[in-house]
Amino acid sequence: MPTSYHIVVCGSIVPDPLQTLEPVTTPTGPALKNELLLPAVLDPWAGHALFEAAHLAKQHPGSKVWLVSIGPKAKLQQVMMTVAQKVPFELIAIDGPAGGFTESAEIAAALAEAIQGLPGLDKSRLLVFGGWESATRGAGTTLQMVGERLGIVDQFQGVDQLTVRPDGSFQVLERIEGGRHQVSSCGALPALCGWATGNLPEPPNNPQVGMLNMRTVMPALQRAKPTKISNEGVTFPSVSLPKQRRETKIVKDMPPDDIAREIVEWIGKE
Amino acid sequence: MNVDIVCVGFGPAMGGFLTTLSRQLVKEDGTPLVESAATPGLPPQVICYERADDIGFGVSGVVTPARSIKTSFPQLDPAQIPLAAPVKHEKIAYLLDPVGASRRSASLRIADALIRAGRWALPYEHNALNLPWVPPFLRKHDGLVLSLGQFMQWVGAQVMGSGTVQVWPSMPVASPLFEDGKVAGVRLADQGTDRKGQPADGFMAGMDIRAALTVIGDGPVGPVGRQLDEKFGLPAGHHQHDWAVGMKFVVDLPPHADLEPGTVFHTFGYPEPEIFGFMYVHPGRIASLGIFVPSWFDNPVRTAYRYLQHWMLHPYLWRHLKGGTLRSWGAKSLQESGRGGEPHLAGDGYVRIGEGSGSTNLLTGSGIDEAWATGSLLAEGVIELLQAGQPFTRENLEQAYVRRRRESWVEKEGRIAEKARDGFQRGVVTGLLGMGLTGLSGGRLHLPGKPLPPHRRVPSVEAYYRGRIPPDEIARLRAECTAKGTGLHSALMDRVGWPTIPFDGKLLVSHQDALLTGGKVQAPAGYADHVVFIDEGACARCGTKICIDACSGQAITPGPNGVPAFDREKCIHCGACLWNCSQPHPTDPGRTNVEFRAGAGGLHSAEN
Repeated sequence: MPTSYHIVVCGSIVPDPLQTLEPVTTPTGPALKNELLLPAVLDPWAGHALFEAAHLAKQHPGSKVWLVSIGPKAKLQQVMMTVAQKVPFELIAIDGPAGGFTESAEIAAALAEAIQGLPGLDKSRLLVFGGWESATRGAGTTLQMVGERLGIVDQFQGVDQLTVRPDGSFQVLERIEGGRHQVSSCGALPALCGWATGNLPEPPNNPQVGMLNMRTVMPALQRAKPTKISNEGVTFPSVSLPKQRRETKIVKDMPPDDIAREIVEWIGKE
Repeated sequence: MNVDIVCVGFGPAMGGFLTTLSRQLVKEDGTPLVESAATPGLPPQVICYERADDIGFGVSGVVTPARSIKTSFPQLDPAQIPLAAPVKHEKIAYLLDPVGASRRSASLRIADALIRAGRWALPYEHNALNLPWVPPFLRKHDGLVLSLGQFMQWVGAQVMGSGTVQVWPSMPVASPLFEDGKVAGVRLADQGTDRKGQPADGFMAGMDIRAALTVIGDGPVGPVGRQLDEKFGLPAGHHQHDWAVGMKFVVDLPPHADLEPGTVFHTFGYPEPEIFGFMYVHPGRIASLGIFVPSWFDNPVRTAYRYLQHWMLHPYLWRHLKGGTLRSWGAKSLQESGRGGEPHLAGDGYVRIGEGSGSTNLLTGSGIDEAWATGSLLAEGVIELLQAGQPFTRENLEQAYVRRRRESWVEKEGRIAEKARDGFQRGVVTGLLGMGLTGLSGGRLHLPGKPLPPHRRVPSVEAYYRGRIPPDEIARLRAECTAKGTGLHSALMDRVGWPTIPFDGKLLVSHQDALLTGGKVQAPAGYADHVVFIDEGACARCGTKICIDACSGQAITPGPNGVPAFDREKCIHCGACLWNCSQPHPTDPGRTNVEFRAGAGGLHSAEN
């Protein structure tokens, strides 16, 4: 097993989770109302994958992290100004849609093509990371298809932990039913991990990391190739947001047991 | 870390600076204009740090003449900027009191009675008098209605797309680096701390960013600009006692609203005579609307949010708003001392631009255009110095930047406006007359008034409500509110006859709902509290606790032992606590007892 890795993280942008979203129907299919007005962030699932990738790379000198991202170029540029302060990576930008109303097979094809085109990529050292799901869609199919297109058969989904053993093999903890983990061992690369939340906190903003990343981020954005996602043959019979009900209550120093009891009672009213 | 130019705050002034600068740092043949001293071989390294979590967060909807913006972008097409529209119609309306709870002087009550008596002959509608004429000095014709959030995102994309400057959001700057009387750069905020700023999990000490030039455009409550003022003082005769908080909604107008994009309303007279209102109509049946609550409004429990709701419910506005939906909400402090509050614009290694540099025009009520212009003027001066290989000394910056500013329309118009609002220190009618006098005389005439710091100006609650609420009843209400952990303002408003707000869950929502669904406020973990009460004893003794009622986000609440409690997760960084505080700083009576430090988080809406 190699002692350093080529880690490719697939991750795009989503509307800032604090925004109020409203689906609308457009001539080209469903969309979010005023999507261009909404501030965007790196998909939180992909964010976990990126932070785990950087952590792994830091532990194994000689490793490299790429972030392959499909999204509207202007929005990608804006989001990168925040993300690029977090951890070192090289951006591969693809100019395309970032909403959830796209055919995941087409997105996977574009991502796989971009990964295959990475100069100097060594498949024997390749780890493909990404979000298990996406904040724009919970289908969890894109990353799996990226792996299939790249011929990666060792795939792990819902990953919370990856530990490299002294012999170079690694152990993976995948989420399964009942709040438990399935423990797997993997002795060869390439492999693919669809991350759940992992265990790492969001890194602080580091100006030096930002300066380092900017050497590749802006050129990558400038040469971002447009990709057409046709959505051919895809229909959306209906689109709706999860039902929300919000009741605001402000309390200080409430014991956790009391909070839990109130939440249970509140859910019971539904 | 070393760079050539470090900038603090990405607002309109910095937009003007970076737009102008970025176009000239690299020649047409791709070679650098000059070589970076920090990174030899490359063009000058220019970095801008912005406190908010993204560029365009926490700024406000505006109507602006946009002269300087159009100079920077001669081919500007408003259609390319979301929510931008050319100004089409302007109206000013005097709002009468339809509920009978407003605190109006005898002269205003007489004026109201005369207007009502003669309403058949006057341009009167829906309890308001439309002024038949918009004074030339207030007109914004040929200007733009903008969402400043969207505009700044658009500007950010332009300047970052140039590849010559970097804008880093979510990175608060804690302080300037002072060395031998010079500014040698900035220190970023510590990360991974507890609320008191002590190292905690993931601690990372704020990095020093050293630069030959530090450009400060962090606005009127920015900690870097304020520390410079504390260090170097203000020029003789200048003061920064006049402020206002602007609070606004961005609203999806109801289907029946037929207001054309570019329509601009300004109002005065209601909910209190001292409170001014605005409504700007964007494309897509969206409007920005809100009120300004000035520091010379002597109510010691001035909660802008409830006043804003009563203002929206005024029949003159409600006819357009009923059935609308809140999209976004926010608030911001405005430095209203204008040219008279100008700090030292340049020193060794630093320059000041934008609102915090006293560029706002008090007569025309214009700030964005002026701020942008100061940034553009600075960029021209910086290019001149870079090309000449001159260092960024005070003398050189005075010549290259301050001289340009003194010769600009910003200065000329700022001087005309300098004393335009002094009359408001003596009352709203005097203030309006003074503004009119100044405007129509081109600044030759004004009505005088002496701006005072809040500890010499803000009356007690008992004095303000004298004759309306007995002191013992105020004491009872205060005790009840303290026990509930709420401010006093709403209880007092209820008591003097303001009607209950008929919450509809869409536009008329509770303050907390506006905060969470409209402002989308949040604070990342790992930063210290940025609002600090310096002398807690003074807080305990304070009778007004105006910081609690003036807090735009209800982030300051009654706390133990009479000392207010601060909740960073609700703070929208408007800075109202800083200038509303009625207690003087223990050692510097020119300041208040609140310190407003560098902090992360705040509003998460780019529509403001």
